[in-house]
Amino acid sequence: MAQTDIRLSTTVTIRPTSGWTALNLRDLWMYRELIFFMVWRDLKVRYKQTLIGVSWAVIQPFMTMVVFSIFFGMLAKIPSDGMPYPIFSYVGLLPWTLFANALNNASRSLVGNQNMVTKIYFPRLVLPLASVVAGVVDFLIAFLVLIGMMIYYNLIGVTHLTLRWEMLTLPLYLLLALVTALGVALWLSALFVKYRDVGYIIPFLSEFWKFLSPIAYSTTLVPEKWQLIYAINPMAGVVNGFRWALLGAPTPPDVRLLASAGVALFLLISGLFYFRRMEKTFADTI
Amino acid sequence: MTTVIRVENLGKRYRIGLVSQEYQTLSEKITTALGAPLRAFRNLRRDGHPPSTIHNPSTMLRTSPQSDHIWALREVNFAVEEGQVLGIIGRNGAGKSTLLKILSRITEPTEGSLTIRGRVGSLLEVGTGFHPELTGRENIFLNGAILGMKRAEIERKFDEIVAFSEVEQFIETPVKRYSSGMYLRLAFAVAAHLEPEILVVDEVLAVGDAEFQKKCLGKMGDVAQQGRTVLFVSHNMSAILRLTQESIVLEKGRLVLRAPSAEAVDYYLSAGTCGKSGERIWDADEVPGEAAPFQPIALRLRDKTGNIVDTVRSTEPLSIEMEYSLAAPLTGLRIGIYLSTARGEYVLTSFDTDDQHRFEKHGSRPAGHYLSRCTIPADFLNGGRYALGVNASSYRIRRYFMDEQALSFNVDTSGAPGMQWAEPRPGVLRPRLEWQIETK
Repeated sequence: MAQTDIRLSTTVTIRPTSGWTALNLRDLWMYRELIFFMVWRDLKVRYKQTLIGVSWAVIQPFMTMVVFSIFFGMLAKIPSDGMPYPIFSYVGLLPWTLFANALNNASRSLVGNQNMVTKIYFPRLVLPLASVVAGVVDFLIAFLVLIGMMIYYNLIGVTHLTLRWEMLTLPLYLLLALVTALGVALWLSALFVKYRDVGYIIPFLSEFWKFLSPIAYSTTLVPEKWQLIYAINPMAGVVNGFRWALLGAPTPPDVRLLASAGVALFLLISGLFYFRRMEKTFADTI
Repeated sequence: MTTVIRVENLGKRYRIGLVSQEYQTLSEKITTALGAPLRAFRNLRRDGHPPSTIHNPSTMLRTSPQSDHIWALREVNFAVEEGQVLGIIGRNGAGKSTLLKILSRITEPTEGSLTIRGRVGSLLEVGTGFHPELTGRENIFLNGAILGMKRAEIERKFDEIVAFSEVEQFIETPVKRYSSGMYLRLAFAVAAHLEPEILVVDEVLAVGDAEFQKKCLGKMGDVAQQGRTVLFVSHNMSAILRLTQESIVLEKGRLVLRAPSAEAVDYYLSAGTCGKSGERIWDADEVPGEAAPFQPIALRLRDKTGNIVDTVRSTEPLSIEMEYSLAAPLTGLRIGIYLSTARGEYVLTSFDTDDQHRFEKHGSRPAGHYLSRCTIPADFLNGGRYALGVNASSYRIRRYFMDEQALSFNVDTSGAPGMQWAEPRPGVLRPRLEWQIETK
């Protein structure tokens, strides 16, 4: 029975591989349902035995927004491209929170699922991939709050936000954030298997990166001659894109976005190959 | 018949001492770089091997002085036909687990190749990926997916899995509230319904209660009957004999014998792998680290005059002694012996603190050097070959050490009751019973 399974007829030859190996995405495709189940497990477990459940997905970016608004918006009076500071910073915090959580969870995914790695075969790529995807659900929930804020500011007459065609580009920016997170997480998760130092680097890296990204401030504050170098950070492209698409900020996609996307792709591809190269030793070194 | 598994010249090398690995890697790189020309020359002269092999094949396995590597498996060759049930026998550390890990693609071999036709289902560790917060139902789906089942497949078999696991009432309860037995049954149920072409089973039968073990063995039998291939690793010789037609014996990473299971079990119990001189001595490096603070030293068999023997007469008492030391005081420690026949059926189990008086007196043992001794009475065992296992544990706390086949010995029946008839006498025991013959 079970003739439905395509793996039945497959013949696998296992031999030592050396150096850089092919990605074997076919294997990953065969295990696509596992990605789904891992995402589902992550979400299910994350909010079990919590009092307010999914509200936590909102609280993290929302409270940061409140703090930012008080200190950077009201006290430091950082310019916010003519938008109310709360909505300006929240639009930046949305993709950032997604990115930071995805990076953190995916980087820890291999070590966090040690028993799976040492006992069962499956494409190891499933673990970081599922962690990144699970973050999207939180993002969508937090996004609903943004819609609420936009309606509120429109109602009290502070803004006149309308549906814009630019909003359709939002998924592309979202993808850019995910690609970046996955790319870096592939490197970090593979390194984490061997060097536990990575566990200490992640929060530091995340904090550092946060201030390098235009979340509390606007990219327009960066001097012209530094703009291209600044755009090497893919998250700058993501946040600028979000503000442009949603709020009409003066940061339309241009060559800087290409630089961001190029860096993100480089991170992803190099990360994939590094991950594959290290994959064969995961079970022995973890 | 098609070959479903072909293992060719398979080898797996591990680096030992993972703790200071970076340092070792670095220093190793330096020494390799500096010593390469010299070593190349030496290797070439010695056995003509290319200089790229760090390991020198002319020395036996294990560590060679110039590297801190260990070959867990070396030059293993065998093939398995479709529908065959192959037993894998070997002492702890013989390379069984490494072989299974390579077979189930968890780790890569260092050399050689392995060709597998069909899906491999591994029961290396049941319940992998189970999440305590999720309910039984949720874990069935999750675990099924981890084991490589399609969602539709899990849905189709769901009821069967639940019925097999006997946890119907608790299927909506988080598994963290399960008893360990329930947890295990559910985990095994999922794995048992994977229905792969090749099933790899390792010691899972050592867990669970007797009733459930029977069920598991039955399930494995079914799998074999359906014409699927099974690789079965166990220390339970009677299970090996019952379930497999043929077995391979691994010794220090090498395949030393492939034979019909009866022959392989006999080899394992009598030749080489198992202590046979009436004495089994454990070297410090043979004992797994988790045994601490318990350190086994030796297990010995003595006849009535105190000589160490590997053949005893059934008409004489036999003394079994276990020597060990404790690096720290232990509470509730008990030293147990397991006596079984060469076919793996248990004859008896006994602990040194079975007796209530001794249990109270030796409830906690300070650090020190000990000897636990017992006597098997005369006119007790029938003739044949027996295996003796030892175990050191604290009831419901921890098992420190276990060696199920520490020693094997022969029982000779000369002079035993009934020897006037030269016929085999069935049964494990050969007691001298008090018969009365009356004429009425």
